[in-house]
Amino acid sequence: MFRIEGYIEADNLNHAANMLADNPNLLVIAGGTDLLIKVHGGKVKDVELLSIREIKELRRIHSYEDGSIGIGPLTTFTDIANNLLIDEHLPILMQAASSVGGPQIRNAATIGGNLCNGAVSADSAPILFALNATLKLRSKTGSRIIPITDFYLGPGRVDLKQGEILEEIVVSSDNYKGFYGHYIKFSMRKAMDIATVGVAVTMSLKEENVFDEIRIGLGVAGPTPLRCLEAESYAKGRSISTKTIAEIGKLALKSTHPRTSWRASKEYREQLIEELVQRALKKSVADAGGVRLE
Amino acid sequence: MNGKRESLEVQVGETLLTMLRERLYYTGAKKGCGVGECGACTVLIDGVPINSCIYLAVWADGKEIVTIEGVAQDGQLSKVQQAFVDEGAIQCGFCTPGLVLTATSLVESGKKCCREDIKRELSGHLCRCTGYQNIIKAVEKAVEG
Repeated sequence: MFRIEGYIEADNLNHAANMLADNPNLLVIAGGTDLLIKVHGGKVKDVELLSIREIKELRRIHSYEDGSIGIGPLTTFTDIANNLLIDEHLPILMQAASSVGGPQIRNAATIGGNLCNGAVSADSAPILFALNATLKLRSKTGSRIIPITDFYLGPGRVDLKQGEILEEIVVSSDNYKGFYGHYIKFSMRKAMDIATVGVAVTMSLKEENVFDEIRIGLGVAGPTPLRCLEAESYAKGRSISTKTIAEIGKLALKSTHPRTSWRASKEYREQLIEELVQRALKKSVADAGGVRLE
Repeated sequence: MNGKRESLEVQVGETLLTMLRERLYYTGAKKGCGVGECGACTVLIDGVPINSCIYLAVWADGKEIVTIEGVAQDGQLSKVQQAFVDEGAIQCGFCTPGLVLTATSLVESGKKCCREDIKRELSGHLCRCTGYQNIIKAVEKAVEG
């Protein structure tokens, strides 16, 4: 038996936003695969829940006229892994969705919850960072759109203001068209595990052996998911070689602040970051039809 | 609920697993880790494998739920159950109900799957007797025929 004090089922987004504005103690619940574990463990007590599970409009993936892809926060990882639009345009997100937990977790866990709980190990975060995704946040008084890179404030803390709900995740077409990417979830087990480090790379080529643009999103490499801007600007327009990529790996590491946890030491994570950024880049370059580097 | 309509009042903090085991006496759904990691409590909700230990009973309203008790029809084992028996895919039996249900959902999906696919589909179930080889063989058999 969970210690749950109250429970409200929201009929629609307006209803949810109104309820949340009226009662600041409400915790939003969707899949429950994270929040219920916290309740079970006593990390949150006597919670009052606002369920958004029945708000069907929040569970969809669609494309806008301008080619942007919109993903509702209630979309489960199984939905994402089986979606044709995602397969066609954001295959790297499909890769990440398939790596979350195990099948039963993916059937219940939602992408919105994965972001809003602020977990630094969220599999969807590094990819959405590397895709320059934006988040549409909704409250009783209106809505605002922020880049996902501004969403994380600290471990377990995100920029959801009092009364705000995540309404949609959007990836605009200029951020995915012509881009190739790869996600490496480094974990001890192939399933039912949390990333020791998550590395997402997206990149586009100017020529077969020249980078146009690269973006590196990392998970568990600091207190929040993060980007490696120094490495990214170094890569811009540079010719692709083992040496360039090695330098990108080194520079990427400079943007990180990994720590020691029971899962892995800081030093081990640093090794992983430098190496996996290179591997993810080489794979992306090869997939894009560029030079093949060993 | 296993093909029958059930009506009962539940508390908001009650898990589906507790409701199944302690109210409706479907004790085939097992309580293992209680935090969605071991898969012993897996049931099918509208055909989809879900960990019932981290699923609130109130969410089950209006849903079609199948536990291991609802798999055999008229005393006849299902194809998946028979394959588990034939391949000796059972040791202590604690993980078996969940595995049979996930395998049932896989077979019913009609998806073609290779051994690696099966391993991935079953990856949310732990078998502490480590009888995985026979379990995988049983599911391969059920999927094939």
